[in-house]
Amino acid sequence: MIRQSIWMALREILLNPLRSSLTMLGMVIGVASVVALVSLGQGTTAQVTAEISRMGRNLVMVFPGSGPRRAGAVSDAPPFEMADVQALERVPDVVSLAPVSSTSRPVIYGNRNITTQVTGSSDAFLQVREYALDSGRGFEESDLAGARPVCLLGYQTRQDLFGDQDPLGETIRVGRLACEVIGTLASKGQSQSGMDQDSLVLMPLTTVQRRVVGNTWIGSMFLKVAEDADSARVMDEVQAILRERRRIQAGAEDNFTVRDTREIAAAFTSASTALTALLGAIAAVSLLVGGIGIMNILLVSVTERTREIGLRMALGARAREVLLQFLIESVVISLLGGLIGILLGVLGSLAASGWMQIPWIVRPETLMMAFGVAAAIGVVFGILPARKAARLEPIEALRHE
Amino acid sequence: MSGETPVIRLDRLTKIYGQGDAAVVALDGVSLEVPPGQFLAVMGHSGSGKSTLMNLLGFLDSPTDGKYWFQGVDVSTLDADQRALIRRQFVGFVFQGFHLLPRLSALENVEVPLIYQRVPAPERRRRALEALEALGLGDRVRHVPTKLSGGQQQRVAIARALVVRPSLLLADEPTGNLDSARSIEIMEILSDLNRRQGITVVLVTHEPDMALWAERIVEFRDGRILSDRRNDRRTA
Ligand SMILES: Nc1ncnc2c1ncn2[C@@H]1O[C@H](COP(=O)(O)OP(=O)(O)O)[C@@H](O)[C@H]1O
Ligand SMILES: [Mg+2]
Repeated sequence: MIRQSIWMALREILLNPLRSSLTMLGMVIGVASVVALVSLGQGTTAQVTAEISRMGRNLVMVFPGSGPRRAGAVSDAPPFEMADVQALERVPDVVSLAPVSSTSRPVIYGNRNITTQVTGSSDAFLQVREYALDSGRGFEESDLAGARPVCLLGYQTRQDLFGDQDPLGETIRVGRLACEVIGTLASKGQSQSGMDQDSLVLMPLTTVQRRVVGNTWIGSMFLKVAEDADSARVMDEVQAILRERRRIQAGAEDNFTVRDTREIAAAFTSASTALTALLGAIAAVSLLVGGIGIMNILLVSVTERTREIGLRMALGARAREVLLQFLIESVVISLLGGLIGILLGVLGSLAASGWMQIPWIVRPETLMMAFGVAAAIGVVFGILPARKAARLEPIEALRHE
Repeated sequence: MSGETPVIRLDRLTKIYGQGDAAVVALDGVSLEVPPGQFLAVMGHSGSGKSTLMNLLGFLDSPTDGKYWFQGVDVSTLDADQRALIRRQFVGFVFQGFHLLPRLSALENVEVPLIYQRVPAPERRRRALEALEALGLGDRVRHVPTKLSGGQQQRVAIARALVVRPSLLLADEPTGNLDSARSIEIMEILSDLNRRQGITVVLVTHEPDMALWAERIVEFRDGRILSDRRNDRRTA
């Protein structure tokens, strides 16, 4: 019975290819949008999560001015001082704090010469930014106190300067400063936000301040917040302390920025949020239009096939069997449209994720969900025409011309 | 015949179409009994109520008044689903216009009533083929109706009516659209079914030649029975 109805439905569809494809169009677009939407959403989420874990979890960043700046770029806003660092270290739930002075300098070893980011910080930097030591040692108190010319190499910088050679104990030149390599960092991987976290030379904060840039400024601060703490509260407190220390009048705008990693990652993906909203709107509208289209065509079909319905009743079909036939027809049309939509959605999300540089994620659940949505629309919008068919009186239907 | 439950028993069956001034009395208190295995011809001019009677006999329509017992069951006590169930099991229809499903092959058309009876596919196919072969259409099973002649289409329709092994076959002007040679073929088939398989046949026709195939002829005029007689000159 059901198999027969499916056959009949497919036959009806094949008999009117143009009408059928127009009927399915809404479903195709709708389901394709849903699939692409979910897939891109999951890709974005995966990317944000990866981004956050690359930068460091529970991380709060503080910059002068209105946002993060490229190393060496000058902000109109005054930089931070060591006293700011000490004040923020006392904020409850701040586990550790890494003050940073960062610049860009040519770095030379032998005949290799690259320009890269030179970051001065304390030993807290590794913990806060979640860098792992690959070899050698981190900074000691005496390195900081004595502004000693020692450095750790990021994974990429080490590759650039030393290739396969062991850099430990070698001396490189950072600007005009000769500096001993005491350790190397494990790779953090390429960050999509453009923050290449493996290209850096990490030195004691004091060394960079006194011997590289020649000032005592602190360009940014990274705070590690306790695992179970409310980072929003910590950020509010940081903001309040800095406003007071920087003597900002009530009502005046901050001349610094406090962000956590989530916000920063979200900012990088705001473009995909807009796309998600657009796809969502397209999906909703085209599924609705698609459903109504199916309903409309089936209502026409019921009228066209009134005699057939009467004949089937004369041959012993009950109302419920007529109902089932048209319901199945509706579901078959919407599922066919759904299948094509799934295919297009998967291909579309593949293209879009490549273009947006996010991971391409298509989960089986997504496809099943899309299939389910298509089936549900088939049932919902098939009910009205199917009931119209089932309610026909056999004799009226048979007499129908 | 006595003691046997009639296949059809009508008691003052009345059908009125429309209301008020527009009302048409299509059947006017018809009482009739048809015993099992009878071949009955219903005659009458156009508009005398023959098709109305057939639709009521097949429970495709409900009477305005009067009672109808089918194999002893009062049809008015049945709901639409129960009528459909009895119809699919016991009643076969043959119409003047053949009424085949245009998109299905001959074989598939004959299978349709068996689908509603939930007959499993292999048996369905076998029985449909048998029915078509019995009507000399063994080499036409894959043809769609438009590729068949009128006589062939009507034989497909008869096969479809027979395949459920009905106890009652209702044929409303089955030869109305056929030439005389084709008509005789169809009448031979109906007569043969009646004699060999004991199927009760009610045949509506306005052609006296066709009515002569039946053992009993009932003539209608203006929704009433004008005459009801045995046919002594039955065509063999
Ligand atoms: N659906 C209907 N609505 C109104 N009048 C009808 C309808 N069907 C039949 N009639 C009328 O009922 C009478 C009997 O019709 P019918 O049973 O078709 O006669 P026959 O089959 O003998 O030609 C006719 O007067 C016809 O016009
Ligand atoms: Mg008629």
